[in-house]
Amino acid sequence: MIRLPLVLFFSAVLFSTGVYGVLARRNAVLVLMSIELMLNAVNLNLVAFSQFWHDVTGQVFALFVIAVAAAEVGIGLAIVILIYRNRETINIDEVNLLKW
Amino acid sequence: MVVAAETVSATGIGPGFTRLAWVVAVLPLVSAALTLFFGKRTPGRGWIYGVTAMGAGFVISVLVLWHFVQGGSAVSSSVTWFTIGPLHVEAGQFVDGLTAIMLVVVTAVSLAVHVYSIGYMQGDVRFTWFYVVLSVFTAAMLDVVIADNLIQLLVGWEVMGLCSYLLIGHWWEEGINSNAAIKAFITTRIGDVPFMFGIFVLIAATGFHSANIQEVGELVGGADVSRGLVSVAALLLFGGTIGKSAQFPLHVWLPDAMQGPTPVSALIHAATMVAAGVYLVGRLYSVFLHAAPEVLRFVGVIGGITMFGAALLALVQDDIKRVLAYSTISQLAYMVMIMSVGPAGRDAAFFHLFTHAFFKALLFLGAGCVIHAVHSNDMSEMGGLWRRMPVTFWTFAVGSAALAGIPPLAGFWSKDELLVAGSKGHAVVFTLMLVTALVTAFYTARMVMQTFFGAYRGHGEPHEAPAVMTGPLVALAFGTITVGFLGAAVTRGVFFKWVFFEAPEPVTFVPWVATLSILAAGLGILAGWYVYRDQPEPDPVFQLGWLSSLLVNKFYLDEVYMHGIVLPVRDRVSAAVVWFDRNVVDGVVNGTARLTKDLAFGTDEFDRTVVDGAVNGVAQAAGFTGGLLRYLQSGNVQRYAAFLFVGVVVLAIVITRV
Amino acid sequence: MTGQEYAFAVLALVGTVSAIRLVTAKNVVHAALYLVVTLSVVGGVYLLLAAEFVGWVQILIYVGAIVILFLFGLMLTRAPIGREALDNQQRGIAFLIGIGILAGLVFLIQGAFSWNGPRLRPSVGTTAELGQSLFRQWVLPFEAVSFLLLAALIGAVVLSRRDDRP
Repeated sequence: MIRLPLVLFFSAVLFSTGVYGVLARRNAVLVLMSIELMLNAVNLNLVAFSQFWHDVTGQVFALFVIAVAAAEVGIGLAIVILIYRNRETINIDEVNLLKW
Repeated sequence: MVVAAETVSATGIGPGFTRLAWVVAVLPLVSAALTLFFGKRTPGRGWIYGVTAMGAGFVISVLVLWHFVQGGSAVSSSVTWFTIGPLHVEAGQFVDGLTAIMLVVVTAVSLAVHVYSIGYMQGDVRFTWFYVVLSVFTAAMLDVVIADNLIQLLVGWEVMGLCSYLLIGHWWEEGINSNAAIKAFITTRIGDVPFMFGIFVLIAATGFHSANIQEVGELVGGADVSRGLVSVAALLLFGGTIGKSAQFPLHVWLPDAMQGPTPVSALIHAATMVAAGVYLVGRLYSVFLHAAPEVLRFVGVIGGITMFGAALLALVQDDIKRVLAYSTISQLAYMVMIMSVGPAGRDAAFFHLFTHAFFKALLFLGAGCVIHAVHSNDMSEMGGLWRRMPVTFWTFAVGSAALAGIPPLAGFWSKDELLVAGSKGHAVVFTLMLVTALVTAFYTARMVMQTFFGAYRGHGEPHEAPAVMTGPLVALAFGTITVGFLGAAVTRGVFFKWVFFEAPEPVTFVPWVATLSILAAGLGILAGWYVYRDQPEPDPVFQLGWLSSLLVNKFYLDEVYMHGIVLPVRDRVSAAVVWFDRNVVDGVVNGTARLTKDLAFGTDEFDRTVVDGAVNGVAQAAGFTGGLLRYLQSGNVQRYAAFLFVGVVVLAIVITRV
Repeated sequence: MTGQEYAFAVLALVGTVSAIRLVTAKNVVHAALYLVVTLSVVGGVYLLLAAEFVGWVQILIYVGAIVILFLFGLMLTRAPIGREALDNQQRGIAFLIGIGILAGLVFLIQGAFSWNGPRLRPSVGTTAELGQSLFRQWVLPFEAVSFLLLAALIGAVVLSRRDDRP
């Protein structure tokens, strides 16, 4: 009974907010959080369409995305901790050795 | 001339020794090489090689002649020498009766001279070298005689010229000898250039196909070749004769050539080389016959002028060799002039050439004995030698009588044939020959009287020459006496069965001609004896006023040549040529070099600025853009992410909506 | 507007606000807490959409485990506090890009559906259905994901080991 476009709109808002967060935040952990936001938006889309098409595959994929997101966060935080150990900072701005 | 070359003649006689004719020409070359390399070590200093070669050559030549005596016909054989495009030149021999006769003459006289020189040149500083060049010369003359094509003939011709130069200048330490050698070489060269062009014209007439004499002879007789071309060829060829056989106006070298040793004068300048010019005209007689009649008339005119002029000049000479030199010029001119009357004249000329070789060589060698004894060439220092040098005297007398034309010696018969040929319709020729015969007899008598009779006016102790020198004299005298009969009516002119043009001519004895000839000779000798029997001083020939001075100065011809040709060329033409070479030719070369250098500079500049500039510019542009583009590489991951998202949005819209 | 739509509208509003606060908070811990709110809202929306299994998994994993991970990460790296410490210089561009992406997505959505478009009538989503689909059709990806998790586990352990070798 919910109109599909509304759900999609909500998901789009979440996604763009996540994009802003990825691009604007300095702290690596906050960037990871923003990435989680984006992934959630995608999940929302998948579930909404799964109900639209009356196919449970969308939800299965949402599950997969959640699993992958979990794995990704784990690895991502491990890397962030390694960077913190090496450089005493996790400001992404300061990780620019590939600068010209 | 147009006898076909068959190996088996109509009479069924095989070629026999004629196939070996070329051996006669090669033997002297072999002996020359042997003499050159081993001569100095051989006892006697090397004359043995030359004498042996000439002896063997003489024997083979007689055997070759025997083939024609038996009635055989001409033989030819050749190998290919070289081919240039369509031109096919061979090296080979063409042996007919004329060739055989010439072989005999050349080898006989050369043998006599080789033997004679053993004595005459004894103790000479370059004895061995003398024999080397003598042999080479003989080989060259024999090559001319047996050559079946014009190129081979030309080779022999030029080698003869070289040997003549070398031998005239044998005692080159004295300037007068080397000058004489140079004069001889250059003067004959002036004649050789038109000769060469004549050969080229003839080769062109064959369509640049062949230089074979027989082919040329047949070709000019046909209708394919224009008369004008043949006339041009004939005139050019005659140029060679004028030079080599010392005809007017190129006769000036022969008297000066007497500076060489007397055997050289005997061989080269009496019997053989100078006869080559006459031989040339006779060999290529077709060309002359089929040319415009003016050509033969020109030949006759030149012959006539030379004959009479030289005879006159012989009158005023004191040097015995010069008398003989002018006599040779005059006798050669007889042959040249008589060639102009037609085939009969050609055959008569060859007969005279044949006999003249013998008695002129004899006279020269005799003069050599006299000079050797008296140590002087001048007749004014001789006299009364008949008692002290009997062999020399008698042989010399035989030779002189032959020269004057006294029967039954060879000279008479050949001169008779000349007169007979001229008597048939050529009054001017005939008269001139007769008058010249008279003058000839006179100067011959003068020579004999001055040398052998009267009182001895010299300072030495003259004695007879050694046997090695008098032996050849006797042999040649024998020849002079006997060979004349070969052309006389008594043997039915067997000579003319060997030497003929297109068909043998019968020999007839014309009494009135013979009578006139004997009268002229007798008159001349009588006059000579009369004037000179008392050895008058000064010589009467010098007391003829303007005639004497004209003759003594040799018609002032040498002065004309010197001031008209030699000095202007040497001083002005040479200077002009040098200027041209230094300014124009070198200017072009240097200018080209400078141009190339400037061009190289320009190219270098272009290369450095434009080409390198372009290349460097491209590199710099790449570096510049790289310098700008590197700012994209901020190292900031979020910056990259920003670009990524923008790109994704754009792509998404583009792909789904567009 | 049906009742579910009202409920959805409320949840969406809360979720939007908390998401915006998540990316603009000056305090990292506040940001983490806002993340919790946002994730819960999304879980609630799942429930509204009758995707019960996914919804509870969301709460379980995301809110329960991942946020804890984040908090641990923040603790271990001693994140600083303050605007200048947390936001970088390209905020403006990032904002524009965000707006741009939003615009693009909206454009795409309204191009595909009108705002008064189809209504969702949730029908699938029970755990049984999910389980059947997962273990029948999608069993291979399921196994792959488990390998992925194992790899991530090992990787995280390896990465964060201290290098104490002499």
